[in-house]
Amino acid sequence: MQIIQPHYHAIARTAQDYERMAMSGVVAVAEPAFWAGFDRLYPETFIDYFRQISEFEPTRAAQYGIRHFCWVAVNPKEAEDSILTREVLAQMPEFFAKPTVLGVGETGLHKSTRNECEALEAHVDLAMKHGQLVLIHTPHLADKAHGTQRVLEVLAGMNVDRERIWIDHVEEQTIKPCLDAGYWVGMTLYPITKCSPKRAADMLEKYGTERILVNSSADWGPSDPFTLQECILEYRRRGHSLQEAVEVFHNNPCRFLGQNPKFDILPISIETLIDQRANA
Amino acid sequence: MLSLKDRYMLTPPQVVENYFLESRHMLLEIAAAFDRYDAAVARAANGNAQATEKEKNSGSKKLAVMRRALEIAAQSHPARERTLALLELFATV
Repeated sequence: MQIIQPHYHAIARTAQDYERMAMSGVVAVAEPAFWAGFDRLYPETFIDYFRQISEFEPTRAAQYGIRHFCWVAVNPKEAEDSILTREVLAQMPEFFAKPTVLGVGETGLHKSTRNECEALEAHVDLAMKHGQLVLIHTPHLADKAHGTQRVLEVLAGMNVDRERIWIDHVEEQTIKPCLDAGYWVGMTLYPITKCSPKRAADMLEKYGTERILVNSSADWGPSDPFTLQECILEYRRRGHSLQEAVEVFHNNPCRFLGQNPKFDILPISIETLIDQRANA
Repeated sequence: MLSLKDRYMLTPPQVVENYFLESRHMLLEIAAAFDRYDAAVARAANGNAQATEKEKNSGSKKLAVMRRALEIAAQSHPARERTLALLELFATV
């Protein structure tokens, strides 16, 4: 089955992950800019990081036949530094012209401070002015519900195209308000924290598959890129068809990311493929 | 005087801290399993995915055991170790 990893921090992962993902059907990954585990001090450090994910990382993925796309942003933790954030934001538009940059992300909230909220607004505003997609991080654990509510409040005060915004890391207590407000949502599957493959399958059954993305966890912390395949297996074991799985784990990323024409992988239909083979 | 081993073993708050996220994860999985069961009951009430009588009997016994296991696990001052009690309980189904 062809799979797309919509949220994958490749710079924190090994080539063996690419190899095993390719062997398991992953055809594309999208890498949002994120926190490196320490707070960076200089705008130039971000610029080099953006160069790494927009220029170098696609070449590494290509060795395994995987398409690599990315997003640029100052992540919520470092966005507490308003001066740094402004300086990086001023240089982000030059990256929007790169052939694999899909938009602004991951912006969002961590502790939901005033500085973070202002940075989120500035990121979304910049994205809307430049016709970019937006990927929004929501806080973890105890801050999840409040932080997600603040994200919705910030967005509600702005003139945005909701279908071009993806609110990420939703769980049972936050998925409904985000969907009801018209945004795309993402479920992020971690071994311990955030959502699990089984709970994601539950939410797909409860809320349907429209405007829902599923991500594995792939960063420098305890995480596992193959939680996505685990979720696909769980979803299929419950009796959902191959085409239904393709809709969630391949076609939905195509539908959201494909709003940026640079993401040119198209939704696929297993039934159509069979028909074509029969007519060949 | 504390032995070297005692000095470096986990304190009660450290046990809670070290195992909180893992326990949170497992409890959420258990809660989700119960929610999943309720959703299946609702689907069956609408005429979908009907179970056989044998499946129903086995399922209701195991469900009762799971509920009892949670009660035992949550006891503040059990007469003996919860793990032993749960293993014996699970051996009944």
